[in-house]
Amino acid sequence: MNAIIISALLGVIMMFCSWGIASAKTQRNIGLLGMLVLIGANFAELSGLWTLQFDTKGMLSFNVIGLYANMILFVLTFVYLWINGEEIGKIGDHSADYYAIFFFILCGASVLTSFDNLLMLFIGIEILSIPLYILTGADKKNLFSNEASLKYFLMGSFSTGILLLGITFIYGATGSFHLTAPVINPSTKMPVEHFLMSAGLILLFVSMNFKVSAAPFHFWTPDVYDGAPTVFTSFMATIVKSAGFIAFIKVFEVQRVALGYTWFIILPFVIVATLLVGNITAVFQRSVKRMLAYSSIAQAGFMLFALYGRSIFNNEAILLYIVAYSLATIGVFAILVKMKDYSFESFNGLAKKHPALAFLTTLFLFSLAGIPLTAGFFAKYLMLNALLTAGSGLWLLIVAILFAAVSVFYYFRLVQAMYFTAGEPAINEIDKKYELKLWVIAIVIIVLGLFPNLLFSYLYF
Amino acid sequence: MFLLLFLLIPILSALLLLFIKKEQTANTIAIGAGLLTLLGAVHIIINKTGSFDAAWLPMLNSRFLLQADGLAKILILLTAISFPAIFIATSNNQPKQKNVFLSLMLLTQAGLMGVFLAGDALLFYFFWELALIPVYFLCSIWGGEKRIAVTFKFFIYTFLGSLFMLIGIILLYSNTSDHSFLIDSLKHANLNTAQSATAFALFLVAFAIKMPIFPFHTWQPDAYEQSPTAVTMVLSAVMVKMGLYGIIRWLLPLFPAAAIAHENIVVILSVIGILYASFIAIRQDDVKRLIAYSSIAHIGLMNAALFTQNQIGTQGALIQLFSHGVNVLGLWIVADVIEQQTGTRSMKALGGLAKKQPTLAILLVGFAFANIALPLTNAFVGEFLMFNSLFQFNPWIAAIAGVSVVLAAIYTLNMVQKVAYGEVSAATNLMQAPNKKAQGVLIVLLVIVFFTGVYPQPLFDITADTLQQLFVK
Repeated sequence: MNAIIISALLGVIMMFCSWGIASAKTQRNIGLLGMLVLIGANFAELSGLWTLQFDTKGMLSFNVIGLYANMILFVLTFVYLWINGEEIGKIGDHSADYYAIFFFILCGASVLTSFDNLLMLFIGIEILSIPLYILTGADKKNLFSNEASLKYFLMGSFSTGILLLGITFIYGATGSFHLTAPVINPSTKMPVEHFLMSAGLILLFVSMNFKVSAAPFHFWTPDVYDGAPTVFTSFMATIVKSAGFIAFIKVFEVQRVALGYTWFIILPFVIVATLLVGNITAVFQRSVKRMLAYSSIAQAGFMLFALYGRSIFNNEAILLYIVAYSLATIGVFAILVKMKDYSFESFNGLAKKHPALAFLTTLFLFSLAGIPLTAGFFAKYLMLNALLTAGSGLWLLIVAILFAAVSVFYYFRLVQAMYFTAGEPAINEIDKKYELKLWVIAIVIIVLGLFPNLLFSYLYF
Repeated sequence: MFLLLFLLIPILSALLLLFIKKEQTANTIAIGAGLLTLLGAVHIIINKTGSFDAAWLPMLNSRFLLQADGLAKILILLTAISFPAIFIATSNNQPKQKNVFLSLMLLTQAGLMGVFLAGDALLFYFFWELALIPVYFLCSIWGGEKRIAVTFKFFIYTFLGSLFMLIGIILLYSNTSDHSFLIDSLKHANLNTAQSATAFALFLVAFAIKMPIFPFHTWQPDAYEQSPTAVTMVLSAVMVKMGLYGIIRWLLPLFPAAAIAHENIVVILSVIGILYASFIAIRQDDVKRLIAYSSIAHIGLMNAALFTQNQIGTQGALIQLFSHGVNVLGLWIVADVIEQQTGTRSMKALGGLAKKQPTLAILLVGFAFANIALPLTNAFVGEFLMFNSLFQFNPWIAAIAGVSVVLAAIYTLNMVQKVAYGEVSAATNLMQAPNKKAQGVLIVLLVIVFFTGVYPQPLFDITADTLQQLFVK
């Protein structure tokens, strides 16, 4: 509860900051301070020190996993803001507005980690999405940004409509909005299968796939990620997507049983389609930003494995994947944001001019590709493990690793440009402090790549 | 605890090298680190050493376990000899940013040592990949003209192979009773026949690509040709042994039934590879490509001998692991000296080396004999045992594989003839004073070649315990 209330309050406070405080730097510092307060408040609830209590009539419930997921999302946001603060300040006139939007998005995310009721799911997704439409169009004078925003808004509204329709069907079948309500046969008082329930769940599945940009509902992703200002793409591709995944898993953790065998047809279909579209299309991109958009689709394919698994490692797997993927993506985007243009060629010769930056980019890409010694390896490992222990066919694993090898192909194109192609990199000046921040991310990635259990030690004591 | 040094010495000196810009100092540090590891290797061979065991990933029950048995020791010895030998022999070469080059080489060494020492499957996989990554950069930055595409092919190929192995590891792991990656637990995993065959295939692909055996070999000649020679030496002397090591350490003990069920097909593929590579080697004009194909043939023979699964063949392969490394290293060093001084590797352009630099020519002839496995050279002992086992397995296969000995004589002697004898060619005429350091290394290697050829008992002694584990149940 702390997280939802405090983040909403902080959002309001930030809105007033943009009106009362002129200096962009002060606004940024207030935003970072607000993030720390939010992290502290969530930590207080997690450790049982202090909790704001409200009677939510069973619509929200706060368990350790949900609170820990909050913690991860907040810390990632903090890291994101800490690194990208200056760049955010360069977009538009009132950067405090953006901080307000970030806090509202986090409010939506914390609803998504704790909902127990389909209405709260709907509300959470809306709180999360509407600020995102604004962020996408933040670069008001750029037509691409406007186009992306409109596209995102139209597609997003459409998918929300599908979500609502699905919820309605489920309500019709079960007579309840509760997340785990079964369909009861009135005469026998036993749970039964019902076509309205299945239809509703499939509609929910479609809508959630849209939110996490899984194929074949991914079409908005490249345009939106490409059109949005690069700093905000970084946020959308990481924290927002992760929140979407947590909600996705929460919805289907229990209710997938109601879908019976259908579940094992539609889920592998979506996984394979996502891996295929994301990876293959990424190979042919000329712009690094668009390549990363497709790679984020491909990564969603891997994250969907968490839905497949039944193993005890499921929660760990998705949390580690979120952290590994988000840190690496934030890192790559933090370097991309400093480039003058986003083509692969602009990275040519970066290793000569800025060896440290090239090394950092390589490390982030390695983590995305899942190469050992980086957090990405264990993230992928746990996903494969979840899949295998769930007793899925081996073919799905083989498909997964074939596409993992394809992903190496496009990630390494960037490495090749940086290290093996001579040229003058089109990069803006980068000060030492900025580089230092990236090193911090890199070290975290390596530490998690050696000892991934550090992330979970908190869950178990 | 001592075994940890094999990882720490190369890694720490690799990190140190990044900050040493001066070429001379960098060279000294790299050679020093290499010799220090060599001392360590000699130490663990003479004295019995324990293993190193620490908790690593409690969540997955994976342990940081390093062990050295005979198989590990002989490969560690080979690795520890190869690296300082390469550093010394190529110390006159001047790649740009030599400190980074040497640093990546040492990281490769650390990865290799880890592969040979790891007693935990996940740790093994970890090092398996770590050995590959520095090589990717070494080849792509310092390689020949087509280096980027060729190295990329090599990388994707082996990366895909190791991912297959990873699935195999997970498959075994999820069927162990105590959920552990330790080799003893994996041996007792409850797999049914079909699962066991699948896991066997997954492991085999990874190892087959690494060795490589036919038909997974297409990356190799290109990669050898395009890599800087120092890296080619590592690739062919030590790195291909990772695949054979994997077979002896993991594949055969983990899937004894599947190995027997599929032994025919693997042996036949290996023999096809031996002949195929030998015939292609005859047609080569580039010295580097010739040695590359000859290496495929030799590795194929070792693999075939291992899959006959009898004691003689395994014994032969175990000592050939070491001997082949030394021989091929010698050939590469000669080829590198010639290329550095003449600027060409084409046999057509070379000739008359014996008149210009008699010592180098004699050394070349020595290693050429070892490559043909002439008696008195080390390769004879191993190849004799391996052909013996092939004969017991199936006389026809042994007879067909035996043709490769003749073919080896043809291409190797042809090379010697073209390079060392005849009129002094224009290219050979460019050769200046002999490269003393390289010749020193070559002499030491040649002493090893003949010593272990005449008196191979030390090698048998080192590997005795592995053999006993494999064959005495």
